[in-house]
Amino acid sequence: MLTVRNLSKNFGGVTALNDINFAISKGEILGVIGPNGSGKTTLINCITGFIKASAGEIVFNGRNIKGMQPHNIVNLGICRTFQIMRPYSSMPAYKNLIIPLYGPRARKTGGWRGGGRHGDRNIIALDLLEEVGFERESKVPYKLAGTLPTGYLKRLELARCLALNPDLLICDEVFSGLSMSEIASMVPLIEKLNKSGVTIIMIEHRLKELFKVAKRVMAISYGDKIIEGLPAEVMANEKVKEAYLGADEGV
Amino acid sequence: MKTGMRKERIDRGIKVRSDSIYALSSWREISYLMAPRALLVGGFLLAPLILYFFPYWQKVLLIVCIYALLSMAFDFLANYVGLVCLGGSFFVGVGGYGAALLNKYLHFSPFLSIPVAALGGAAFCTFFLLPCLPLRGVYFAIITLMYPLMMTRIIEAFELFGGTNGMMDISGFANPWVEQYFLIISTLVFLFALRRLAVEDIGLVIKGIKDNDQSVRASGINITVVKAQALFYASFLGCFAGAYLAHTYMWAGLSMFALDFSIIPIAATVVGGGGSLLGAVVGAILLVPLSEALRAFGPLRIVSYSLILTVVIVIKGEGLLNYLSRKYSQFERWVEI
Repeated sequence: MLTVRNLSKNFGGVTALNDINFAISKGEILGVIGPNGSGKTTLINCITGFIKASAGEIVFNGRNIKGMQPHNIVNLGICRTFQIMRPYSSMPAYKNLIIPLYGPRARKTGGWRGGGRHGDRNIIALDLLEEVGFERESKVPYKLAGTLPTGYLKRLELARCLALNPDLLICDEVFSGLSMSEIASMVPLIEKLNKSGVTIIMIEHRLKELFKVAKRVMAISYGDKIIEGLPAEVMANEKVKEAYLGADEGV
Repeated sequence: MKTGMRKERIDRGIKVRSDSIYALSSWREISYLMAPRALLVGGFLLAPLILYFFPYWQKVLLIVCIYALLSMAFDFLANYVGLVCLGGSFFVGVGGYGAALLNKYLHFSPFLSIPVAALGGAAFCTFFLLPCLPLRGVYFAIITLMYPLMMTRIIEAFELFGGTNGMMDISGFANPWVEQYFLIISTLVFLFALRRLAVEDIGLVIKGIKDNDQSVRASGINITVVKAQALFYASFLGCFAGAYLAHTYMWAGLSMFALDFSIIPIAATVVGGGGSLLGAVVGAILLVPLSEALRAFGPLRIVSYSLILTVVIVIKGEGLLNYLSRKYSQFERWVEI
């Protein structure tokens, strides 16, 4: 479904991504791990067009999407969440979802449960918020997004993507900043999405939770891909241990 | 302050358009909602009649409407789209020259040349501001400030459209009542239309760009297109004002690019309160007559004008209308602690 070949990104003299290759096929969940500053978010930004890759190609459903505008990439079916949540602070939470439901992708494909094409978008938005775990009968969906705690904002990010009916969902650390119980309620949501046919790339620091959902994991360090494979293989790899824990200097 | 008591404020439980459901149960609630709107519409419609014996103030009323349109345009761009636009005079000038050209060379009547100049002028302004749309905040402001200055120099240097003399003998309105009501009704229509647009789905997208443009892009929406659309609406209002001015002055000239058209709308929006469009109109209603009344002070006019502005901004920084509407929508009562 998505194939990334020889992807590199330089910021001035700094190499953020160096010759990254990977592929993901339809229906898969791929985990991407790596220490802080290893280039995970840069990788997402390159795939989704928010920054331009320096070299390489990104092929989605047989089409090279490198260099395309972010909104055009979204409309092909690749949706992403932001690690630092980007809600519309001055609007109530449910109004945040009117915008993706109004967009061309949702109108063409129908969006979440056809909400982009017909029906009252406000009702569909409330349904969608309930789906991601906003209590329907409470005041939470009507509160200004700027006043919501992190847990809800992460769900709101996810809901914005779901509104678009993504083919490929890229989650940038949706678990970070959440409590154990919040993560526990999020995991089934991700699994349910995957079962409904959405391919998912998950960038995550919470490895234990990630390995519950991701069957295949890729590790990055300083812009280089170290290894790709089953979670257990990746965690057993010496280079991954070194990247996370630092090299053993043999004191 | 009473001892042992505190002031309690409760929101009145009435909301007009609670997501396409109208829930009004009594005449009292309906009149509560309609009163401010009726006051505004009624006041505007009756004003020319009330001012019948004061033709000078009838003219001031027209200037109020012109600045109301420009203030709405500024408020819409600043508080909905997030673009601080100092190009009010660019819009007025383009609209004014457009109407004058249409009238002079194509012999369009005012009722045809004003809408055509407003639409054409809006397209012209949007086209020239298009390269600046990725800019934000003060950078966009600087560019929009430059455009009217640039236009003035170009017209001067190439002696275009009558050069520094401007274009004379533009046809005026035949009937002074038509002249007044045409502008007043247009202003009201644009005000309510723009307020309606702001609560529609497209209005949410526009507001979303101000809140978080990256999120809008991640929703698959081309923000440049939406911004250009919003800019078109705003510049339409400005060009309409300019085109009207050309016909009411029967002249179009360089002073249409004057800085006043850029600066006073900002003051009006600040005084009236941004973010509601109505605040901008209220600001224009207050400021324009005030600045006329201060003419008696002669050279000290601008000093007293600035003084009043400063006092309002310091005391009621949120803007008068935002303050009043908050008071209007809340009960206050003293309760025991």
